[in-house]
Amino acid sequence: MLILSALITGVATGSMYGLLALGFHVTWAVSRTVNFAQGSSMMLGAVLLYGLAVTHHWPGAVAVVVALGLCGVYGLAVERCVVRPFVARKSEAWLMATVAVGIVLDNVALFTFGKEPRGMPSPLTRHTVQVLGAGVYPLHLLIPAVGLGIAAALALVTRYTVYGKALLAVVQNPQAARLVGVRVETATSAAYVLSTIFAGVAGILIAPLVTVSAGMGWVFGIKAFAAAILGGLDSAWGVVVAGILFGLTEALITTVLGSTYTNILSFGVVIPALALMPHGLLGRASAQRV
Amino acid sequence: MKTARAWLALTIITVALGAMALGAGPAAAADPVKIGLVAALSGGSAASGEAITRGLTVAIEEINGKGGVLGGRMLELVRRDDESNPSKGVTAARELIFKEQVAALFGGIDSPVSLAIVPIANAEKKPFLGVWAAATGITRNGANPNYVFRVSAVDVIVDKGLIQYAAKTYGARKPGLMLINNPWGESNNDGLTKAAGAQGLTIAGVEKFQAEDVDMVPQLSRLKEAGADSIILVANAAPAAQVIRSLDRMSWTVPVISHWGISGGRFVELGGPGATKVHFVQTYSFFGEQNPRGKHLLDLLMQRYPAVKGPADVIAPVGTANAYDAMHILARAIQSAGATDGPKVREAMLKTGRYEGLIKTYDPAFTADNHDALNENDYVMVRYTEKGEIVPVKGK
Repeated sequence: MLILSALITGVATGSMYGLLALGFHVTWAVSRTVNFAQGSSMMLGAVLLYGLAVTHHWPGAVAVVVALGLCGVYGLAVERCVVRPFVARKSEAWLMATVAVGIVLDNVALFTFGKEPRGMPSPLTRHTVQVLGAGVYPLHLLIPAVGLGIAAALALVTRYTVYGKALLAVVQNPQAARLVGVRVETATSAAYVLSTIFAGVAGILIAPLVTVSAGMGWVFGIKAFAAAILGGLDSAWGVVVAGILFGLTEALITTVLGSTYTNILSFGVVIPALALMPHGLLGRASAQRV
Repeated sequence: MKTARAWLALTIITVALGAMALGAGPAAAADPVKIGLVAALSGGSAASGEAITRGLTVAIEEINGKGGVLGGRMLELVRRDDESNPSKGVTAARELIFKEQVAALFGGIDSPVSLAIVPIANAEKKPFLGVWAAATGITRNGANPNYVFRVSAVDVIVDKGLIQYAAKTYGARKPGLMLINNPWGESNNDGLTKAAGAQGLTIAGVEKFQAEDVDMVPQLSRLKEAGADSIILVANAAPAAQVIRSLDRMSWTVPVISHWGISGGRFVELGGPGATKVHFVQTYSFFGEQNPRGKHLLDLLMQRYPAVKGPADVIAPVGTANAYDAMHILARAIQSAGATDGPKVREAMLKTGRYEGLIKTYDPAFTADNHDALNENDYVMVRYTEKGEIVPVKGK
């Protein structure tokens, strides 16, 4: 029963890593850049929802939609102002710039939202349900469903729709894609908007289980990046699966050995895992012409 | 030759510095006496820092209203945020001592922070007054002379009280311990184990968790399997709230008796309905019949802080109450020392005599052997209401 409960919470947390990692994946796939501060985007989703729904008493559904919309706008701004100018100059400075923007965002949240962690009320954490004898909140079950659902939707969209194919074209050959009329810049912007919305969804889903605070995304973002690298940045399913595995590993270590060892061991596993599978769980070595 | 020149330079510098110091002259009568506070003003225990600030502020305004100390010098509070982080607390304490030149330092809710400041206070001969952190070693630190005083609970005494309460109120025979994994949790591990042994109770198990943990089901399950009939909880509000949520998820209704760390934050908001069932210890309650000091302080708080409409709105009341009494005792000591320098104030702290305070009548507050002003007779058991007010447990 103990292990089962750990598995359920592990899958729930892991799906959130997966969802954030999916954000790394979409922008990487399209533009070979990522927003390193995905954790801050996640915090933004949670803090915006708290501000709208709890502080200003907006109806929950409206607040969620508006919060995610604003996350999207933020993602667009990051791409336009912080990533594109550097990429245009063939500089890798977007890497540091996205980290910087994340830190700025965390601190802006610190000033506006306040320094005190707050509890996010949710109808999905009011009562527990019994799953094979282990008590969990309905939210614990919803989170993996949403995480896997989004990954599946992304896979379907890229494979079967014109937009998805356009994105894939950009990935494979930006020059050729441009020649056949795909707007590479728009595709990149869209990827950033999508990526930040994924992070926002993760923040909104996880908030009722943890506490809402300006610093809540920091460690989450790092773990999600570890998951993205483990899963292979090029594989949507890979990063989601790696995220879930990371969450499961953490939960099992915590249950068996105690949380003192969680970070040491779970990050410790990352290095040998990468040594054994340099392209990630489901990633493939790509041939590069030289 | 070189050495001689170096000496000359050193002498000139020394003389110059000396002249500057003389130029500043002895503190003018109008110079304020600065009082430092290093406490958690942000993070999960921010309410504790605010409560201590309020207690100190109200006391300082009262003292200044009556002409201040040392013939007309006003008291002035200088606050620094330690963010519940010992290294930040140490930096803040140094800054207050060396740059702000405070006459004395007050500490906040976090025992690890206070434990880190204790050696500095003793080395720099600066009186350090604890008004919340309860780790036994803060005042009983082995230093001689000892510059650390406390108007607050002390773990060893609280631990006895918690075990006693569990046995009497809930008939507990086998309590399980849920402790935060830091020096404060460790301080209580010793105290609780000894107290249980002394009262013939068996400890079902000792489980620890980190401040950032969100899922305490594993630890609680181990205690449940070990046959715990009650939980003794030692943690601050945010992690303690996660313990309550984990209990809720397990549907385990077990009596929870808590140390008072949970009164420094939004315990009910973070912990949900189960949080109101937790009984915990306080040094003072603004509910029930109040002594004249209590009525007076409540009036002052209501005047000074418009959000305070009654006893229910006094956030983290122990912080306010302890800080209020401690500030008055310190002011008496400074007054009778006739100076603000550390050794003299320390001596005077031991000779404050009888003082009718808020929490009790101190007679005296401190002695050479006992730097803790409060003991087991000064504690009350309380719980939270759904609105987050702290009220005494009925029938006690």
